[in-house]
Amino acid sequence: MAAVFHEEAGRLTAALVKRLGDFDLAEECVQDALVAALEHWPRTGIPDNPGAWLMTTAHRKGIDRLRRETRYREKVAQLEETPMTQAGSMSDERLELIFTCCHPALAREAQLALTLRSVAGLTTAEIARAFLQSESTVAQRLVRAKRKIVDAKIPFRVPEGHELPDRVGEVLAVLYLMFNEGYLATGSRGAMDRDLAAEAEWLTSLLAQLMPDEPEVLGLLALMRFNRARADARFDGGGEIVLLRDQDRSKWDRKLIDETLLLVGRFMRMRGPGPYQLQALIAGAHADAKSWETTRWNEIVRSYDALLGFSDTPVVRLNRAIALWHLAGPATALGEIDALAAALSGYHLFHATRAELLRALGRTADARASDERALELTENPAERALLERRLARRPR
Amino acid sequence: MPKYMLMFVGSDDWYAKQSKEELDNAYKPIMAWWDDLSKTGVIKGGEELGMQRDATTVKRVNGTMKVFDGPFIESKETVGGFALIEVADLDKAIAIAKSWPGGDVEVRPIVDHSS
Repeated sequence: MAAVFHEEAGRLTAALVKRLGDFDLAEECVQDALVAALEHWPRTGIPDNPGAWLMTTAHRKGIDRLRRETRYREKVAQLEETPMTQAGSMSDERLELIFTCCHPALAREAQLALTLRSVAGLTTAEIARAFLQSESTVAQRLVRAKRKIVDAKIPFRVPEGHELPDRVGEVLAVLYLMFNEGYLATGSRGAMDRDLAAEAEWLTSLLAQLMPDEPEVLGLLALMRFNRARADARFDGGGEIVLLRDQDRSKWDRKLIDETLLLVGRFMRMRGPGPYQLQALIAGAHADAKSWETTRWNEIVRSYDALLGFSDTPVVRLNRAIALWHLAGPATALGEIDALAAALSGYHLFHATRAELLRALGRTADARASDERALELTENPAERALLERRLARRPR
Repeated sequence: MPKYMLMFVGSDDWYAKQSKEELDNAYKPIMAWWDDLSKTGVIKGGEELGMQRDATTVKRVNGTMKVFDGPFIESKETVGGFALIEVADLDKAIAIAKSWPGGDVEVRPIVDHSS
């Protein structure tokens, strides 16, 4: 039943927002329909076409609600004149909904919350717990976003032609941020909480289904899946970070990696390269390597070179230098990294990487200073533990 | 159809730094932009504002209106002009704002009191 709700909540919300132009009212109707399903289905069993059942119920509940509340009076006509379910064909306006929720005129936090609320059907309380924020903060954020959509007339549609690439990029940025928020989070979340990384992957696979010809969507999906395939090996039994080099590769999800490699084949054939596909290629090269030593570093460096063509940022250059280390040696990599010092002096991973290179070059005192600087710059407990272990290993 | 106010950001500083010729060159594309959009009926009105240094603010102080020299909010950059446009939705308004040949633009929906 949870899977049905996940699939249908967004579909229902999308259909109702389209007809009513009102997010609040749409969500209330969807909520009513889901509550009705919770009451009926355990007794009657899940209907053959649960989507149609929910759609009809939401539609009826909507009309009831509209009749009761004077503020909605003029909307009754809109619902009554357009029946929600034509025989056989269920409308799916979730793509319009996704683009509306991720409209660039909304703040990033609002895009995230609204997408989780409207498309994935999470409750406000679930969203608040996932972001470790108070429920009232998230509720207020949702209210403001929905009000702006109505007042500023953000259109409910898939953007056209020349607008589309930028807007797809905006949606993917929201989904990738959502994924990382879940993937990088350490501890502190209860087992009952909805996993943001899983929600982001679900939303991206939905997007891939709705826009099957967009290679970057498949690229992001592949990137998420390669990361998920390796997720269990990232921490040891004590919750400490295990670096990629030291990970137990037998813990990786081989089946998921193989499936995702097929996805890579699909986007490669589309011949529309982009930053998410390149990052997926890099993650895939790691996932497909039997060991750290046999990793195809030349391929990875090539992908980073191509990635620089899309986004030439110091962080991409830093990551490229790490791959270059294994191809051209630590001295070359250190030269590349030192050129980034001004841009990345406040970034802990710059100093942690620099420490590793210095250690490889036998400059232990300098390495130690860099590790200490990295430790000063991060508050993430797992990262701090890793750096402290390194520092403890090499007493002065 | 919804209306939006485009507010064009400018500064007294920039204006003061331009030579007569530079100003003429800067205004050419702006005038062309304005003419095009007026002819197609998108722009319903608008003006360029005078210098911020010439602004006067009238404030209600203890129930009476008092006159002050200066703008409501003192800032380096301020609204230097505005256009009232009529388009289908925010996406269209954003597209118009992106085509503005000057600097930054704030897009604000106009409240419709007719319905």
